[in-house]
Amino acid sequence: MTTTQERPASGPGEGARPGNPAAGDKDRPIGYGRIQRKEDPRFIRGKGRYVDDIVLPGMLHGAILRAPVAHARLVSIDTSEALAHPKVKAVITGKDLEGLNLAWAPTLSADVQAVLVTDKVRFQGQEVAFVVAEDRYAARDALELIDVEYDILPPVIDARKALDADAPVIRDDLAGRTDNRIFDWEIGDADETEAVFAAADVVVAQDMVYPRVHPAPMETCGAVADFDPIDGGLTLYETTQAPHAHRTLYAMVAGIPEHKIRVVSPDIGGGFGNKVGIYPGYVLAVVGSIVTGKPVKWVEDRSENLMSTSFARDYLMRGEIAATKDGKILAVRTNVLADHGAFNATAQPTKNPAGFFSIFTGSYDLQAAYCKVTGVYTNKAPGGVAYACSFRVTEAVYLVERMVDVLARKLEMDPAELRLKNFIRPEQFPYANKTGWEYDSGNYEPAMRLSMKMAGYEELRREQAEKRERGELMGIGVSFFTETVGAGPRKHFDIVGLGMADGAELRVHPTGKAVVRLSVQSQGQGHETTFAQIVAEELGIPPEDIDVVHGDTDQTPFGLGTYGSRSTPVSGGAVALVARKVRDKAKFIAAAMLETRPEDLEWEKGRWFVKGDPGAGKTMAEIALGAHGTVALPDGIDGNLDAEVTYDPPNLTFPFGAYICVVDVDPGTGRVKVRRFIAVDDCGTRINPMIIEGQVHGGLTDGVGMALMEIIEFDEDGNCLGGSFMDYLIPTAMEVPDWETGFTVTPSPHHPIGAKGIGESATVGSPPAIVNAVVDALAPFGITHMDMPCTPARVWEAMQGRPRPPV
Amino acid sequence: MQIPAPFDYVRASDVDNALALLERHGPESRLVAGGHSLLPMMKLRLARPEWLIDINGLAELDFMVREGNVFRIGALTRHTTLLESPEVARLFPIVTDAEQVIADPVVRNRGTIGGSLCQADPAEDLSTVCDVLRAEAVIRGPAGERVVAMDEFHRGPYETAVGQNELMSELRFPIRPRSSSAYEKVERRVGDWAVAAAGAAVSLAADGTIEESSVGLTAVGLDGTVAGIGDLLGGRRPDEDLFAEAGRIAAAACEPVADQRGGIDYKRHLADELTRRVLRRACARASEEQEG
Ligand SMILES: Cc1cc2nc3c(=O)[nH]c(=O)nc-3n(C[C@H](O)[C@H](O)[C@H](O)COP(=O)(O)OP(=O)(O)OC[C@H]3O[C@@H](n4cnc5c(N)ncnc54)[C@H](O)[C@@H]3O)c2cc1C
Repeated sequence: MTTTQERPASGPGEGARPGNPAAGDKDRPIGYGRIQRKEDPRFIRGKGRYVDDIVLPGMLHGAILRAPVAHARLVSIDTSEALAHPKVKAVITGKDLEGLNLAWAPTLSADVQAVLVTDKVRFQGQEVAFVVAEDRYAARDALELIDVEYDILPPVIDARKALDADAPVIRDDLAGRTDNRIFDWEIGDADETEAVFAAADVVVAQDMVYPRVHPAPMETCGAVADFDPIDGGLTLYETTQAPHAHRTLYAMVAGIPEHKIRVVSPDIGGGFGNKVGIYPGYVLAVVGSIVTGKPVKWVEDRSENLMSTSFARDYLMRGEIAATKDGKILAVRTNVLADHGAFNATAQPTKNPAGFFSIFTGSYDLQAAYCKVTGVYTNKAPGGVAYACSFRVTEAVYLVERMVDVLARKLEMDPAELRLKNFIRPEQFPYANKTGWEYDSGNYEPAMRLSMKMAGYEELRREQAEKRERGELMGIGVSFFTETVGAGPRKHFDIVGLGMADGAELRVHPTGKAVVRLSVQSQGQGHETTFAQIVAEELGIPPEDIDVVHGDTDQTPFGLGTYGSRSTPVSGGAVALVARKVRDKAKFIAAAMLETRPEDLEWEKGRWFVKGDPGAGKTMAEIALGAHGTVALPDGIDGNLDAEVTYDPPNLTFPFGAYICVVDVDPGTGRVKVRRFIAVDDCGTRINPMIIEGQVHGGLTDGVGMALMEIIEFDEDGNCLGGSFMDYLIPTAMEVPDWETGFTVTPSPHHPIGAKGIGESATVGSPPAIVNAVVDALAPFGITHMDMPCTPARVWEAMQGRPRPPV
Repeated sequence: MQIPAPFDYVRASDVDNALALLERHGPESRLVAGGHSLLPMMKLRLARPEWLIDINGLAELDFMVREGNVFRIGALTRHTTLLESPEVARLFPIVTDAEQVIADPVVRNRGTIGGSLCQADPAEDLSTVCDVLRAEAVIRGPAGERVVAMDEFHRGPYETAVGQNELMSELRFPIRPRSSSAYEKVERRVGDWAVAAAGAAVSLAADGTIEESSVGLTAVGLDGTVAGIGDLLGGRRPDEDLFAEAGRIAAAACEPVADQRGGIDYKRHLADELTRRVLRRACARASEEQEG
């Protein structure tokens, strides 16, 4: 089974700070370590409570009529037959929403998106009308009774043609709009970079496509809206990764006062960024409830999820690397055409239209870097950024890690050696890169060497050479990634004006049990366990005595939610700090109880005691009872053990990892088999290694999916060809090997517990390793690049000397 | 949740009852066996039967039995039953090969051989298997029973010789001495339909030369078996050159269309490559059989 390198192989700062897990799990009965997830008993027993499990008295059901074409003027809608259906309670069209000033809603990227079509259909699957009926079946049946007339327009499908002079203008709703350009964005120094390129011994360039893929969470999106016409209050159960941000937006858009809105995100069956934005369906459920005076449930089906909700990637990139002839990388330059679909609805920080793509400088010490990204509209579903990508770090890492391999081939150097030669050295941290990031910490070489040791790298290369002699195709792919996650400092990052901070509230009950309330929301990441462990580590209360509350805006402090691997970097910091605040307060109360001065007390896990007199002390439970009891409290200390904080992180965190993939390719059919995959991750302090491994396993599986099979394709008319799991393939256990995971520990110097986030590392780092392995396997055919997905047909075409882009 | 159009449902109590129900409810009624082809189409509203006649209770259609040189398989036999049968594996390894790559365990536990054949999807693996093994289909209708050969059974994509008021009750497979068979499929992912697949059956003469042979292709636009292969191989010793020649014939015989699974040239290449592979394996197995 899985080989786990149990001991950190390296780790500057290892053991240097309190709370470092390096002492090993077994020695630490409280706090960090490999404990089972607190949420699993309910999930394993089928007792999770998801949006679709919610049933309210008198609840009605909604269904959305979607556009069958990609680009068309709406001529007319006749809803009379649908309204005559005995079970139908309401049919809502764009015109009705215009009356309520709700036909268009702001996106998370300073654009607007139609809730229901008023003027023009802009992608296949777009929302055209909403039926509310007594049951789901009737709502679905009534969709067929709506008569819509469309005037078909030529669509823009190929992003490369979106800026052509004769391209139809998709967003003629926007005043003054004469083309399909959304933005041009650049970063780095173009002139400096050009100078380095001009003087370099070696320059390589490669066009590559990161195809449009879909997060495809197991649970599709949905909502139950319950508007109370008497008190004007709205309770909205939603599949959302960001309940607080949603509530604020609903207040701003719908005009319902924020204190009257409660957003509840119950158990969520996977998000991967798919559940960050606000979808028309959520708004329609709310409108449906307001119109009918009854709760309204809307849950989309699989095809709706795949065809209309946030996709990911869709970056057409050109990469260039300048290097010396002995393999010192000097500069990286890239030019990107970004397909954003019909509305610019990417979920990312306001000042970062290309997300964090500017981390494309990778793990290397460069003299110069420059990038330009052009975003365009096409007649495809909107969204983007989603899918475990850390705000486009995925695309950035793919670009640079593919380019480094292209360079290695050009220089006839081993790709692992080339990377080792160019890493940012440990003493250079904190490292200011050429696009404005300050990498907080890193120690790359030990991670790379550990992955090579686990893989038996030399031996693999020998085996490959022998196999090549016999005409067998074996490939070894390396990738080394650095992410930038945990957005982020409020001075730099906001989403629609909301700073990207997170709150935490901690209450220790009189008997010493505790509840911690988070502003982030779990979609399967194990927050109920990890965050209890952070409190446990700081207060010495066992995790099972700590309840973690999340997902309900009435129950939790404000914060921006879970995506971009930000929960541990941001909320984890908040939780550690709130626990320390409680611990500090406990010191004063303990001093009062022990009739001594606070400065005479010393902390050991779970207990304050008198220095030099370990017998004289008070446990957290005793202190909690004291706080709520009759002990005379010092001035300024209230009678409780509660605290709250909002954590504004000083910087982002920079997890990294070294991945090695081994593939075998069937020369007769082009079939790729991932034989082995070695993943060494460094996410700083490791809270629960089992949960970390789970995140890594899931991300690696995603990576296999993207590298080998996943793509949302469109035909020339704009028909989505990936609208079901028959056409949009996601990997199964059969396509993945037993993962071999290892780790190093380089704690973040600025994070309260040194943790960096792990949620997306493997999704980010694995696709280039797999593609590099496939391209390596195909080296005998003279292939230096092929685009994802590496399906049998596409690999075979590459073997014939004609690799082609997927779009 | 994907929601089909409204329909009514009735369980048949035996074959005669099923036929009577088909008669009563007419052209808008459909039999449902495993439901793994019909229900997905209904959920996408590509099929909208008004009545579903459930034949899952008909134990008389769920059997496997050898009678002399004929192996009879009831129409309601599940994929899993075929996959797990040692007798099937011994007599017709092509069936076991194919069943290993048909869908996934969830589908195989319910899906039936009758449903597969009657669905007649151009990518249906068992259709090729039955062609290659020269099976016969037994069809029952108001007028009684008739037995049809595969070339008569298939009427093109999604069409068969089974009339609206009829059902398929069983398939009959001839058992030949010194024979064996093999199947191989290329798919983009486990559980996916074939990009292309090939099946072969061979019988060897006592001297080790090929006596009879047939090759079928899946999902590449070929009806029935590849013409000319039996003649080419007949009387010759199995070897790589021969397989290569057969592969070329198969590639020329098919008419694939380009889709998301692959282009025409790739599929044609697979017809060639997979034909060689299945012939190689079938011959190897048959000669083991002979020695064993
Ligand atoms: C995810 C998925 C993947 C799949 N992958 C593959 C694959 O790789 N290869 C492959 O070959 N198949 C594949 N299939 C299809 C699968 O094998 C089906 O089970 C099979 O095609 C139909 O069998 P069924 O019993 O489910 O038929 P049903 O769906 O019940 O019926 C199919 C049709 O046959 C008719 N019918 C059924 N039984 C009879 C009968 N006795 N007489 C007359 N008419 C009858 C029905 O009326 C209906 O029209 C896949 C299916 C799914 C859902």
